[in-house]
Amino acid sequence: MTYLARPKIELPGQKTNAIGLTLRDYEGALSTLCAGCGHDSITAALVQALWEMSLRPEMLIKLSGIGCSSKTPAYFVHGAHGFNSVHGRMPSVATGALAANRDLVGIGVSGDGDSLSIGFGQFGHVIRRNVNMLYLIENNGVYGLTKGQFSASADAGSTSKRGEVNQMQNINAVATAISMGASFVGRGFSGDRDQLVPLIKAAIAHPGCAVLDVISPCVTFNDHEGSTKSYAYTREHKLRATEADLIPPRAEIRASYYAGDTYPVRMHDGSTILLKKVDPDYDPTRRNNALGYLERHRRHGEIVTGVLFIDQNVPDMHEQSRSRLQPLRDLAFDELCPGSEELKKLQAGMK
Amino acid sequence: MNAMQSGINDFVVKIATVNGTGSASANGLLMKALFRMGVPVTGKNLFPSNIQGLPTWYEVRANHHGYMSRCSRIDVMVAMNAQTYQKDLAEVSPGGFLVYDSTWPREKDLNRHDITVFGVPLSKMCNENFSVARVRILMKNVMYVGVLAALLDLDLEIIKQLLQETFASKPKLIEPNLKAIMLGYDYAQEHFTCPLPIRAETMGDNTGNILITGNEAIGLGCLYAGATVGAWYPITPSTGVMDAFTSYCERFRIDPETGDRNYMIIQAEDELAAAGMVIGANWVGARAFTPTSGPGISLMSEFIGFAYYAEIPSVFINVQRVGPSTGMPTRTQQSDTMLCAYASHGDTRHPILFPADPHECFEMAVKSFDLAERLQTPVFLLSDLDIGMNDWMVPELNWDDAYRPDRGKVLRADDLAEIERFTRYLDTDGDGIPYRTLPGDDPKGAYFTRGSGHNKYGAYTEDSDEYQEILDRLLVKWDTAKTLVPDAVLSPSSKKTKLGMIAYGSSDGAVIEARDRLAESGIHVNYLRIRAFPFTSEVHEFLEAHDTIYVVEQNRDAQMKALLMLEANDIADRLVSILHYNGMPIPSECVVTGVTRHQGLEVAA
Repeated sequence: MTYLARPKIELPGQKTNAIGLTLRDYEGALSTLCAGCGHDSITAALVQALWEMSLRPEMLIKLSGIGCSSKTPAYFVHGAHGFNSVHGRMPSVATGALAANRDLVGIGVSGDGDSLSIGFGQFGHVIRRNVNMLYLIENNGVYGLTKGQFSASADAGSTSKRGEVNQMQNINAVATAISMGASFVGRGFSGDRDQLVPLIKAAIAHPGCAVLDVISPCVTFNDHEGSTKSYAYTREHKLRATEADLIPPRAEIRASYYAGDTYPVRMHDGSTILLKKVDPDYDPTRRNNALGYLERHRRHGEIVTGVLFIDQNVPDMHEQSRSRLQPLRDLAFDELCPGSEELKKLQAGMK
Repeated sequence: MNAMQSGINDFVVKIATVNGTGSASANGLLMKALFRMGVPVTGKNLFPSNIQGLPTWYEVRANHHGYMSRCSRIDVMVAMNAQTYQKDLAEVSPGGFLVYDSTWPREKDLNRHDITVFGVPLSKMCNENFSVARVRILMKNVMYVGVLAALLDLDLEIIKQLLQETFASKPKLIEPNLKAIMLGYDYAQEHFTCPLPIRAETMGDNTGNILITGNEAIGLGCLYAGATVGAWYPITPSTGVMDAFTSYCERFRIDPETGDRNYMIIQAEDELAAAGMVIGANWVGARAFTPTSGPGISLMSEFIGFAYYAEIPSVFINVQRVGPSTGMPTRTQQSDTMLCAYASHGDTRHPILFPADPHECFEMAVKSFDLAERLQTPVFLLSDLDIGMNDWMVPELNWDDAYRPDRGKVLRADDLAEIERFTRYLDTDGDGIPYRTLPGDDPKGAYFTRGSGHNKYGAYTEDSDEYQEILDRLLVKWDTAKTLVPDAVLSPSSKKTKLGMIAYGSSDGAVIEARDRLAESGIHVNYLRIRAFPFTSEVHEFLEAHDTIYVVEQNRDAQMKALLMLEANDIADRLVSILHYNGMPIPSECVVTGVTRHQGLEVAA
């Protein structure tokens, strides 16, 4: 993870967002991933989405585990704190960080190895706690840094670069997340930025743990014939179930949004995700419908994308534990320490 | 077996019962009665890893000197468990006494002529006086307290008062409890010569002392330190820490009007996650901790190394149990000393605090947070099952209302406004401690926290010099830590001597008692109680000043001795280990025997 500072070039006439920041303010260090890596496209989509949402950089925390995907938090929003943790344990660090300061916007970037193998337990439990964050899996089906081993998301029957056939069933990140009770699950493709940017925005606006599985081809180890995570395969088999767009707070919700297969999902911050069903059979508010749909299309080798499941009414970690609205880390010591008189009273019962 | 040395306010009562029969409250009553008579008292719970049905014991030691350690003498055995009767009978010291439930006859061949056996028809009296089955079981336990009250001359008025306080919210229970006490008491008065030659006598009222477990004291310390996030995975014997923290938070940290909580307790999916949560919360600027035991530390080790290298404050409370592996979860040991000192791969070392009793657990819990934040590193509070789960009589806990948490070197938004550029790992003060910033404050303070190689500016590096510069600077910080951790406590002998003794944590009580007994035999030892790792300067001075230094600890491999040998030069031939590691709290006899054997003397132990 070599660190290269990106030269900041001020160009006159650069567009600014609602808080006066340019796209450049949401960029990070230069990527050292392979040229053409899907992860870099996801980083670009993140930069675009965060800029469009006018998030204050200091209110963002970027966390990751270990692997190619986990390098990427260094490549966006240089004004945000980043945390490159240990392999598979990003969710626990994010959980603690967001427990201490619920005002922060958490983005966890993980990979298929980081989430579906070594970190499978934490992946499940961050969903179970419904920690309010974007949980982004950059899914390429392969271990890149250790040179091409299959990951747990590799499809049965797909081949490695050296020609080995994967015999094991894959762990499907989205189906797993939906069945574990996730409150928001989406899937995108690094090669489809038009779809990905709104997906990211919707996932960040969602008041809970939003799992976003993004197919992100590895150009070096998994972009060959026989791979089911290559650019070519994904483009050919990608199927949009829904399309999402995020309408910021205060924007007008037009009556036409309620017509037909388009319907708005109002978020707690006042914004609205406008969900459009591309396939009329799809209902992203019903868990069994979503799972059945995914399974039917999986059998045909199709990759279903879009917002796949959403339930805004699942209480998040702070609601579950009834913690106070003010961030815990900002509470004054006097509010936390009962003082000497109370200690005396308490000890009267220990005699 | 030792000769009887008992007398007034100097005896050990052991109660053998079955787990899950409610004997804890009866034993608590006995403890508190002695406590309120002003008699120094300790209670050791010797229990199985089981919820219901297996044998369990409770040992109460009353001692007018205030000796708090376990004593291998048993003066009075209350043998309530038929399953263990034979073993319990054998354990009574010669000249001692045994109380048993004589409702059913004992086997004739089970008898001893060197002790006095008292049969009390406890079950029969219960069945005659109480109708509900569960009440009969509970009252049988209360009844033996009544028998002991007569035999040991406990103050009945105090017992009555305690029952009234205990059941203040359920007054209906006072009457049956009192009845059970009196049934036992009257039976003993009528059938035996009461009181026994060994007995209790009022010697004050213990003003200024409390009865408390170490786990409760740590939970209270975390509350008073201002911890807001606790993450944990349940594990014996540390669970009581989070139970205590939870109940104190419910009492002091919930807004009575809104129900809002000024804390969050997260029961993690495992210890790895608990460690990650604590590190994440501290990174953001909350005080966060995790209570665990040895197996948990093993699992947390990767994250501990991360926090060491990335310099994130974090508090790890280890209530030690018997290892290796699952070991004996309900037995005590000091066998994680080495593990905690160097937890995780690579070159790592961590400050450890060693509380000797619950009083120190409270103080050191607070200190752990101050040290963790000042030093920006994981800090271990190393307790054990003996301290954590047993009832200790200790001086009341004190709180200084002027106390303010030491948050260490943190640059908030205002501070950042005044500097040109922030760099995370620069040692500007020469103490090895850099400045940190908190997420959510200011983009100027943003940096990337990583466990991979980084340079003093916080950037990723694979450059040898840059890497080594950080590793060396962490050693400078280690030297700073030596000046901040609690001092060792020196107890000099009344006579000049070249014999020294070192102990730590729960071995303290056994050493205090053993030194008195050794002095009576003419062996004088100076005693240094280590309270922290890294070792403070007094430790090195003590090592230099003595020809022979006994190192008393509760593990097989002499872990503290090994640590001393690693940290101090040319001392190996002067250190003599006295080890106790069978899982029971160390008794003073172990220390006396260890020293006298080494000195080539035989002392009547």
